[in-house]
Amino acid sequence: MNENSITPPAHSGGNQAFGAGSEKKRRNDLILIGILLAVLVLAGLAFFLLREEGDRVKVTVDGEEYGTYPLSEDTVVEIRTGKDGEELNRLIIRDGKAFVERATCPDGICSNHRPISRDGESIVCLPHKVVITVEQQ
Amino acid sequence: MQRSAKKIALLGLCTAVAMVLAYAELLLPPLFTAIPGIKLGLPNIAIIFVLYRIGLGEAAAVSLVRMVAVSMLFGNPVTLAYSLAGGVLSLAGMAILKKTDLFSTVGVSVAGGVLHNVGQILMAMLLLGTAELGYYLIVLAITGTVSGILIGLCGGYLVKRVPLR
Repeated sequence: MNENSITPPAHSGGNQAFGAGSEKKRRNDLILIGILLAVLVLAGLAFFLLREEGDRVKVTVDGEEYGTYPLSEDTVVEIRTGKDGEELNRLIIRDGKAFVERATCPDGICSNHRPISRDGESIVCLPHKVVITVEQQ
Repeated sequence: MQRSAKKIALLGLCTAVAMVLAYAELLLPPLFTAIPGIKLGLPNIAIIFVLYRIGLGEAAAVSLVRMVAVSMLFGNPVTLAYSLAGGVLSLAGMAILKKTDLFSTVGVSVAGGVLHNVGQILMAMLLLGTAELGYYLIVLAITGTVSGILIGLCGGYLVKRVPLR
């Protein structure tokens, strides 16, 4: 009976921030977030620190190989895709790094990507289905 | 009967809110142009609200309708494929974590955010036929965790405070 006088409106669900057991849940939240971030940062560090420089880039279009180019030679590759090759990603290899200088894709994500040179790094152009990946012999 | 009409109206409202949030997110300038795919995941606020206050089936329906509608309005079939992969995995993970009753909306939303990234990367691997996007997931998952915290806090307040009667 005493309950009635202190029971808040039905929708407010009590005076705790997130309902019963909120302290425990908040602690579990923090544990989850902590473990997640620790794993991700470690994986990221391992990935970026342990990776060696690659020596060539492989270009694939829609999963099929388009060509492989050594990073040691400065070159310009015009990757033509689309129906009559009207779509373009201009791949530049200079000073051992590869980057896309110009692209006709709408988002321009590939041409904004920083130069890549380490094994496994890649530049992806989703609209043209172009993937440029650094490889190692 | 009145109840079910009310529920349908409410779910329609939540779907509309999720769509508007998705659109608002499209209007935001990208945080880093070099890392595409970083998003706040604002529509997940609405999904969390429906998941907690109404139910899993309803949350799945709202999520599905908003993904199809947003892709038709502002995207294309490819964006729909990415959305679906992220959305399905994300909601499944959130429902499981909610069921354990060990986490608040923050923990649930973080899992949802990260799983959304996982789904999208898996779909990208599938569509592009390359397995080399793994490193990209690390970056996306870190930002997904951070945005998941924010979305979980927002969602938590709404779940608790929005009156439905």
